Amino acid sequence: MAAWLVRRLVASIAIVFAVVTISFFVVHLAQGTPCGGERPLPPDVCERERRVFGYDKPLYVQYVKYLAALVDGKMGYSFGLHRPVADALADAIPNTFVLAFAALLIDFALGLALGIYQAVQAGRFGDVAVGNVALLVNSMPVFWLGLVLLLVFAQWLRWFPAGGMHDPILCPRVDSSYCLLDFLWHLTLPALTLGLVGAASTARYQRAAMLEVVGQDYVRTARAKGLRERRVLLVHALRNALLPIITLFGLAFPFLFTGAVLIETVFAWPGMGRLAVNAIFQRDYPVVTGAALLTSTMVVLGNLIADALYAVADPRIRVRGEEGGGGGGA
Amino acid sequence: MRKTASGRRFFRHPTAAPGLFLLAFFVTVAIAAPVVAPYAPYYQIDIAHPDRPPSAQFLLGTDPFSRDVWSRLVYGARVSLGIGAVAMLVAATVGTAVGAVAGYFRSWVDTTLMRLVDVGLAMPRIFVLLMAAALWEHIALWVLVLLIGLTGWFGTSRLVRAEVLSLREREFVAAARALGAGAGRVIFRHVLPNAAAPIIVSGALGIGHMMLLEAGLSFLGLGVPSPTPSWGNMIADGWHKMAVAWWSSTFPGLAISLVVMALNAVGDALRDALDPRKEAA
Repeated sequence: MAAWLVRRLVASIAIVFAVVTISFFVVHLAQGTPCGGERPLPPDVCERERRVFGYDKPLYVQYVKYLAALVDGKMGYSFGLHRPVADALADAIPNTFVLAFAALLIDFALGLALGIYQAVQAGRFGDVAVGNVALLVNSMPVFWLGLVLLLVFAQWLRWFPAGGMHDPILCPRVDSSYCLLDFLWHLTLPALTLGLVGAASTARYQRAAMLEVVGQDYVRTARAKGLRERRVLLVHALRNALLPIITLFGLAFPFLFTGAVLIETVFAWPGMGRLAVNAIFQRDYPVVTGAALLTSTMVVLGNLIADALYAVADPRIRVRGEEGGGGGGA
Repeated sequence: MRKTASGRRFFRHPTAAPGLFLLAFFVTVAIAAPVVAPYAPYYQIDIAHPDRPPSAQFLLGTDPFSRDVWSRLVYGARVSLGIGAVAMLVAATVGTAVGAVAGYFRSWVDTTLMRLVDVGLAMPRIFVLLMAAALWEHIALWVLVLLIGLTGWFGTSRLVRAEVLSLREREFVAAARALGAGAGRVIFRHVLPNAAAPIIVSGALGIGHMMLLEAGLSFLGLGVPSPTPSWGNMIADGWHKMAVAWWSSTFPGLAISLVVMALNAVGDALRDALDPRKEAA
């Protein structure tokens, strides 16, 4: 078990390293513009700026300096925001985290419930109906669903606010229970949008997992023992059907961060996604690569955690992992 | 048309036939766009009065630039469906090539290629495409399609590699090699045709992902450039006026949802229909 985990850790570090290198080259490729282009700066100004930022040193020196700065936690300076990139990201990331976490909650709560319901009703109208609705929701562009929910619930019904994270006048900070409620009120629609689309695919997986488990012998034994059907399903079957959920948890990370980019734009949520999009329009490359770097790292981390959790939950993986540890192939 | 076992398995799915019908409908409409669209897609009908609601004259209303939504939807189908299909073709080709090579030759070739795939899977696609959009001021449409395809082949390569790994142990491969066939011939003529099923299924599902990705990019303003209509940038054109003119953004999104749903349904049905294990039974 330990050997397998170490191998995965090394592989993850290698992946992050590759992403860092790619990001470095993106930044390096992009900064040629002020000295070339249509209206170049005077050559002596150009030279001085290059020396100040260290762009005149050879490539590998810049690369090492970039890595050293990263280890230090510094990701460069944002031209558009006039602050260090790390600070801007540090302000934005918690907002994205909260959104992603709320969406995950809705995703798994709704998805698990629907998946179990579908498995219980297998083949009957409930199963088919939920399945088709889930198929439709899963096929929607996530930002379009957000727009439609905005239209219906914020514009027509006026139940929820039309965007933003907080009331700018009354609650610039969450420092009272009223402001907490205000924050949750603003959080509802964006989290619901991401959560619904995620729940649609979670329900499909959960349904398949439950149906596979229900055919197993130990379920038949439990029924033969005379246990009530609800206990059979919720205690014996569910525990084993939950295993794929851990993998889904790992898969959810990339979806959430990708979806966050679009949803934050639609709902004007001040998170990392919106920061990255604005930076792109302003050609603020340090911010863009910083955000991409962080997102990739979190995705890799999420997958690693999911794999580790899966190994803990399913003893079969551990045994298999040790047996296959000496051999080849991933 | 002959009733085959796989055909029966395909249509056993209740969503397969409606899905196929929807796809046929949209593809036909896209091909027949000049016939079906009452107005030209760039034609601004009455700039003084944009955002007209759906009516007998404008089936789905007009957008904020006073262009007929239905006509743009129909021409946009060409762009969106075309981008999805071509990007998927690129992804399927590269993915199959990489997966087949990795699965057939194994050893260090396999390990290096699969590490590459791991890196590719780790980077969130939309960020890669956003970075590319940031680097180059204006992306030509074919470059966009190529990029979307080149960032989407990693899953296919894993699938193909798994299939090739199992197929290469079969007797027909040994027989072909004994008869003197080189690696390329064995891969192309013997292994890949038997691995076709998962490639086709992931292709059907993948077109949907590509279309959603294009829609997202166009919504952010980094995809298909205006005034060329695509379902994604139609949503982008109309979303600021969503409060007063919901039709401009709603109908393109509905179209995307329906097509992707149809592709998912058909892909699922294909997966059952083409499953070689069921064929043997």
